Amino acid sequence: MDFTEEQLQRYSRHIILPEVGGKGQKKISGSRVLIAGAGGLGCPVGYYLAAAGVGTIAMVDNDVVELSNLQRQIAHSVRTLGMNKAESAKNTFEALNPDVNVVTIKERLNSKNILGLIKDYDIVVDGTDNFPTRYLINDACVLAGKPLVSGAILRFEGQVTTILPGEGHCYRCLFEEPPPPGLVPSCQEAGVLGVLPGVVGALQAAEVLKLVLGKGKPLSNQLLIYDALGVNFRKVKVPKNPDCKVCGKSPVITELIDIGEEYCSI
Amino acid sequence: MTRAKADKHLDIRGVVCPYTLVKSKLAMESIGVGQVLEIILDYPEASVSIPKAMLNYGHSVISVTKINDREWVVVIKKEVED
Repeated sequence: MDFTEEQLQRYSRHIILPEVGGKGQKKISGSRVLIAGAGGLGCPVGYYLAAAGVGTIAMVDNDVVELSNLQRQIAHSVRTLGMNKAESAKNTFEALNPDVNVVTIKERLNSKNILGLIKDYDIVVDGTDNFPTRYLINDACVLAGKPLVSGAILRFEGQVTTILPGEGHCYRCLFEEPPPPGLVPSCQEAGVLGVLPGVVGALQAAEVLKLVLGKGKPLSNQLLIYDALGVNFRKVKVPKNPDCKVCGKSPVITELIDIGEEYCSI
Repeated sequence: MTRAKADKHLDIRGVVCPYTLVKSKLAMESIGVGQVLEIILDYPEASVSIPKAMLNYGHSVISVTKINDREWVVVIKKEVED
């Protein structure tokens, strides 16, 4: 498929990059990315991937847009208050780039539906805000062999890591089990600087595009920690744990389970 | 003139920067290593910027010839896979 004149203009700054070119731009157009959560992280990740021309973007969210979201969730607006977040994001992304097909999945991810939902996508992005879903997504991606770009934010600090099942570490190699309920406060309890998910989400989007293009080094076996107050970016090595419960040599997690609802008060 | 030797011809007269480069880059991707692309252009800046960009991509510039008051022919040999 050749580029239209409009596409030549839209993607010109990509096409002239030696690492992208017309071939890379076609890879981007043919790629399929599922983004879990259309909130603080999902909005900028989806926004940049839509701008880049990712062919199919699935937005998973069963929540509706509230006024308190608009301080950081940049795909939503006062015009979409009360609308499902995946739907609101779809409107924004398709207005930015009509080349992109945005699929809305208005469900909460759980052990029953997740494998069926991620199966048709090349890469999964975690932009969720709670530990049960974070571990569920990790375990599902390890079992299904899907690359996962995970991001997390709280107050002034964010984290990014890229999980390549079979090659590098997974989230459980880093933190074996979720913390007990109530130990780590949620953004709702502790606050978050509005721009923080923008920084972290942009880093996640860059990881996704690198994976699609097969260029550069992914954040595999590493955790990137960004501290906005001190303006520090730190990379911490995360070795793959041979005894990991889900990706180790003798995994004990071989099917998905739902972790207690007591976490999900946020 | 090396015109007859080119494996591919690209006419980008009337095209301005950066689309001169976008179209030249895409044309280079469509030929094989060792093959030659001949570009005819009339955007003055591109007569300098296209050869420079092609060198940066790792290709070699065989010739840049001003053929009349407004037009240039740039001949590039593809040296590396994109």
